[in-house]
Amino acid sequence: MSSMIDIYRASAQRKQRGLLAYIALIAVLVYVAATTTFDGYITNILMQAVTYSVAVMGLTVVLGLCGQINLAQAAFFGLGAYAVGLGTVDYGLSYWICLGLGLAVVFGFGAFLGTSTIRLGGHYLAMVTISFQQILTLVMINWIPVTHGPDGVSRILKPSLFNTPQSYLAFCVVVLAVVGYLVWQLPSTKLGRAMRAVRDNELAAGVTGIDIQRTKVTAFAICALLGGLGGGLFAGGFSYVSPDQFSFAESIVFLTMVLLGGVASPIGAVIGTGLLILIPEWLRFLKSIPGLYLAIYGLAVILIVLFMPDGIWGFVVQRLKSLRGSLRFSAELPELTLVQTQAHADEVLVVNNLAKHFGGLKAVDDISFVVKRGSVHALIGPNGSGKTTTLNVLSGLYTPTAGAVKLDGQDITHFAPHERTAYGLGRTFQNIRLFRSMTALENVIIGVERPGNPVDHAPIALEGRARAALNFVGLGDRADELVTSFSYGHQRLIEIARALAGNPTLLLLDEPAAGLNSTEKMELRDLLKRIAAKGLTILIIDHDMTLVSEVAEHITVLNFGRRIADGDPVSVLNHPDVVTAYLGSDANAAH
Amino acid sequence: MDIVFQLLFQGIGIGSVYALVALGFVLIFRATNVVNFAQGEFSMVAAFLMVIFSVDLEWPYWISFILSLGGMAIYGALFNLGVYFPLRHRTYLPVIISTIGASILVSNSTLALYGPQPQVLSNLLDFPGFNIGTVYLDTQYLLIIGVTVVLVAFQYWFFEHTLLGKKLQATSQDKEMASLLGIPVATMIMVTFVYSAMIGGLAGILVAPILFVSIHMGGTIALKAFAATIIGGFGDVAGAIIGGLALGVIETFGAAYVSVPYKDGFAFLVLVAFLVFRPQGIFGERVAEKA
Repeated sequence: MSSMIDIYRASAQRKQRGLLAYIALIAVLVYVAATTTFDGYITNILMQAVTYSVAVMGLTVVLGLCGQINLAQAAFFGLGAYAVGLGTVDYGLSYWICLGLGLAVVFGFGAFLGTSTIRLGGHYLAMVTISFQQILTLVMINWIPVTHGPDGVSRILKPSLFNTPQSYLAFCVVVLAVVGYLVWQLPSTKLGRAMRAVRDNELAAGVTGIDIQRTKVTAFAICALLGGLGGGLFAGGFSYVSPDQFSFAESIVFLTMVLLGGVASPIGAVIGTGLLILIPEWLRFLKSIPGLYLAIYGLAVILIVLFMPDGIWGFVVQRLKSLRGSLRFSAELPELTLVQTQAHADEVLVVNNLAKHFGGLKAVDDISFVVKRGSVHALIGPNGSGKTTTLNVLSGLYTPTAGAVKLDGQDITHFAPHERTAYGLGRTFQNIRLFRSMTALENVIIGVERPGNPVDHAPIALEGRARAALNFVGLGDRADELVTSFSYGHQRLIEIARALAGNPTLLLLDEPAAGLNSTEKMELRDLLKRIAAKGLTILIIDHDMTLVSEVAEHITVLNFGRRIADGDPVSVLNHPDVVTAYLGSDANAAH
Repeated sequence: MDIVFQLLFQGIGIGSVYALVALGFVLIFRATNVVNFAQGEFSMVAAFLMVIFSVDLEWPYWISFILSLGGMAIYGALFNLGVYFPLRHRTYLPVIISTIGASILVSNSTLALYGPQPQVLSNLLDFPGFNIGTVYLDTQYLLIIGVTVVLVAFQYWFFEHTLLGKKLQATSQDKEMASLLGIPVATMIMVTFVYSAMIGGLAGILVAPILFVSIHMGGTIALKAFAATIIGGFGDVAGAIIGGLALGVIETFGAAYVSVPYKDGFAFLVLVAFLVFRPQGIFGERVAEKA
């Protein structure tokens, strides 16, 4: 067995070799681009492919990683292009200043559209981006004093540093290479993982401490930025821009490119862009009939979505994966430690007169209870007693009608879910909510990355802690498998590991025994005892009386939204009201 | 003052078209939880069918009208089978993208077949209009408003007082439960697409004499209908109608008093304003996801 550090070092070396190979490849491409004199036609095609690829990679980020749609990529592309065009031609500014200004404008629009729309969900974003695209096209055509109208802007200058078509093309290749590298790396960064988490399961992402809103807006702004960058490069390369180059139809072309190549990777972006620029050149005769060409694009979009949802590159990757065996990770892992930072009071959770009404229905009505530090506290009650509502109020998915919730001395009643997580609330879900496109390890790393987690956030430490957490629940040797390959019971364990990895002050378990068979229930009981032995405070909500009575030190019973009993297991479970609530009254039992 | 009434009349007329298309939007959204981005093409295809039957083939208006609506029913069914149905178990994103693909495919196929030249469709009635005071009432606008009123009333009756309507409502509220109760969900969704294509088509035929029949009419109408649904409150039938009317009026006044070239921009400005300040629309309420 090797140590965690050795393995990490080996993988870091592998990555470094990969990067060197990549740099070498790019160096060759740049050399070819800079020294070969292509004829103008070829240069134009290459220039278009390279600049479009940059913009299409923006869609890789927003659509592939974050699962949000952007149907105005041509508008952002156009803004970047017009900034360079108008700036260098009408105002005599340097190319670099224009490019910078263009990026600032694009970023501003991207962030504005994002913040105003993204919280409303995908359909709105689709429609608003189309609207933005249409407005921008109207402005480009009609605001003639500034934009030159339908005539467009001609005689755009290249930067003096790259004045020849060859050198400029080489420069664009370098930009594409850098962008491609960053987009390639993004999924395994904290931001990239957050984007994937949001795409896979928004609710769980919020509860594991990810600011959903900010993550989506960031993805959208990055997409816009890359669109603007591509446009700026495009304007310099072609010396001429006009409104019809940046119409809605072009946004669809961008979308088709990313879908065809594969949304998940920048390689897909380059493949899709290359193909959709070359194929129309080979099929030029199609352009003689207006509309036919775009009609084929439309058909291609439908067919790709129906039959090749992962695009060409996704298809290739699938084939490669099935050839390569899975890697088994074996290393000695440190025991999982649970750090408790704040220790303000003996009471970890204080619920005061909490109420949640849905119209006239009092789902939770004036409930109070206290969870003591280091205890295992159970909240039980028959169906419809208000347990899940209480839990949803505690984790911030519902706003309470009245009352207050204090976590570790801090009033969190009005905190958003991710803010509660940052303050030390960890939870699992009754119906499992893992990030389905990720491995078990990545799921748990997101748990480690929760804001406010008092551990080392260096990559190696993150991974080590995540592996230790999986090891603790007994799944250490399967850490690198996709979560979808685990059984239901094991998925629940991964959820628990994800919560534990974040060092919660309080762990909320929502019906952890639901759907488990009896063996799995016993394993769960043992696991809960091991967690409790580490001194973690647990609030468990469950139906399973055996489990609850075996692990809980303190039980609160709800019925019809009210607290009917509170105390140690023996006295609570013998409490006449509790017996009545579960088994019916004596009068009924007599018959 | 007369000009105000004149504009109001035109605004309500054009707004009725938006309302009809928005209605089709909302029906499909409620049945499938997906926004159909090719909704506007329902109007465009119907208008082109009318051009084929009544202008090119010179068949009588009424026969062309019935054939066009029949054609829309078939088109709606094919649309469902080709664009929505195979993707029904995937998330909303692939479905959105597929409907966008369909929109591009249909409008550009039409362009390839018919060329960019806008087609002209004559009014239904020979009698162009009359004056009340100084306000000129165009019969085509009156017809649009009248048809909208009748259709809205019909739809209300249909959904609230017929068994098929109740089944459609059940399907849109909870597909799983509806299918457990023996409602054929796939058929209900098919009915929704067919009906939605037909009212979208009707709107297209009605508005065709006012706008030109061009491949762009679909996209423009769809965007405004969508803006109308947001203004009214997403997924709300009454909201879609009032949103559509409001949008028609705002746009007509905007074009008259502010700027003609930016006429189509007003809808989007109103849309963005609503998204920022009142995203749930006039009638909508926000629904949160449960754990």
